[in-house]
Amino acid sequence: MTHAMITATNVHKSFGHVEVLKGITLEVKQGEVFCLLGPSGSGKSTFLRCINHLERIDSGRLSVDGQLVGYKERDGKLYELNENEIADQRRDIGMVFQRFNLFAHMTALQNVMLAPVEVSGEQRKSARERALQLLDRVGLADQANKYPSQLSGGQQQRVAIARALAMRPKLMLFDEPTSALDPELVGEVLDVMRDLAQSGMTMVVVTHEIGFAREVGDNLVFMDGGVVVEQGHPREVLVNPQHVRTQAFLSKVL
Amino acid sequence: MSDSNGTTSKPMSDVNSTEPIEAVPVRHWGQLISGVIVSVIVIGILYAVATNKNIAWSVVAENLFGPTILSGLWVTISLTVLSMLIGIVLGIMLAVMRLSPNKVLQGVSAGYIWIFRGTPQLVQLLLWFNLALFFPRLGIGEFSIDTNTLISAFVAALLGLGLNEGAYMAEIVRAGILSVDHGQTEAAMALGMRRRKTMFTIVLPQAMRVIIPPMGNELITMLKMTSLVTVIAAPDLLNRAQTISVRNFYIFELLIVASIWYLVLTTIATFAQARLEKRFARGAAASGSMSKRVARNLKPGRVRSSAATVTSDVNVTMKDGAQS
Repeated sequence: MTHAMITATNVHKSFGHVEVLKGITLEVKQGEVFCLLGPSGSGKSTFLRCINHLERIDSGRLSVDGQLVGYKERDGKLYELNENEIADQRRDIGMVFQRFNLFAHMTALQNVMLAPVEVSGEQRKSARERALQLLDRVGLADQANKYPSQLSGGQQQRVAIARALAMRPKLMLFDEPTSALDPELVGEVLDVMRDLAQSGMTMVVVTHEIGFAREVGDNLVFMDGGVVVEQGHPREVLVNPQHVRTQAFLSKVL
Repeated sequence: MSDSNGTTSKPMSDVNSTEPIEAVPVRHWGQLISGVIVSVIVIGILYAVATNKNIAWSVVAENLFGPTILSGLWVTISLTVLSMLIGIVLGIMLAVMRLSPNKVLQGVSAGYIWIFRGTPQLVQLLLWFNLALFFPRLGIGEFSIDTNTLISAFVAALLGLGLNEGAYMAEIVRAGILSVDHGQTEAAMALGMRRRKTMFTIVLPQAMRVIIPPMGNELITMLKMTSLVTVIAAPDLLNRAQTISVRNFYIFELLIVASIWYLVLTTIATFAQARLEKRFARGAAASGSMSKRVARNLKPGRVRSSAATVTSDVNVTMKDGAQS
């Protein structure tokens, strides 16, 4: 049986007076490609950021692989994790950003090597070899010594994926990975993500790529106004949306 | 072509020809007159100084490379470099403290900057020099040392200049840190990096691009500020010049000697700074390792590589696009 990788129960999050998440409950199974769809401002990116504690949730429970995110429970009491413990939790969760966020002062290779060496204490030599393998996997072995500013958006995003994979994460989060790309560069990034999905990686993907969701996704959630409006298998939800808001959104996107 | 077009065809061909335009230029009479007036004044002043019988230029010449002056020059240079180093280290510490979530650290940093920027440099130098008046011995418990032994004029100068510089550097470093996109920090955090490591391996190296140009300005200011230490009898360039003039009464001449050296130092620093600024203004598109880049900069007849980089980028993108 596959077990739950992410369990969210009634997750709330506000920024000041604006409530962005109004009780999200969902479950992501291990090895599953879970797509989050919705109009901008629906809270999907915020929810994604909560999963690796880049945002702190206000109420509810959120756990990854059976561990509470940002807290530990002892004798029925919750204790907030300190910064270093939170950092340790994040090691197992890879994240890919909309704006790539590659370290601008480092080459592609250095970007990928950094965390294994600095965070996991891996030997430089083996980290370097593995980084080259990962760059090869995303089709960029020949670009290893380029700086981010010398790479196209699609190449940068593929390096960013390799960088996240270098920590051998058990879960990968994608925050609109293709939204900042020129249309002709979207395909190369989606190809890499498709390969990754086939390798059995658990992936949560915030995306506007309906085609990708339909083809690769195992589960899809449509969010609007901070709540889950509709959930189901992508082919069902996308082809035969039940809810009015889902229908309205899809009619605009498709 | 018809006749009606014939009239327009002549100016058309003029426009297309590469012959330079021959026209009577506008006369800027105001510029000419003001230029003449200013030239006359400047030449007059230079003439008055150069031919002044009271200025003994021979004294200037013989002292310019005299051992006393050179030793003072050496003190000025080392004071500048050392107090800049103190200032940089302190500035980074204060900036990081200022941006830390710890309210106490924030407060201490803000207080430090408030005090050291709010009091005159000269007063601070005098305070350090006279520290022994309040604290005759410095140390903890049995381990203490006579303050006057520990804080010589040079050390007092170093403290006075360095601690003051730290406050100014803190603001420069803070601006640099804030200029680095927050996404960089988030990406590092998402990889499981801790706060301190993120700051020193990701944020500060990128902040340098913004920090270095104003740091050059600070260095030049510091060069001149070191002359203040004369008041606490630190043996700097100005102080050495004055010790000579106390003996031979050529006060003006030795001030000229000092000025010449200050000009030489600031000129060198200005050139160095201009180079640095050019380098860092080029943006993050640096290529090759640091040593390679330094070597490239040292090569004679260096060519701007930006054009070459752009074209090779295009090739790369196209090649890659064809693959995928």
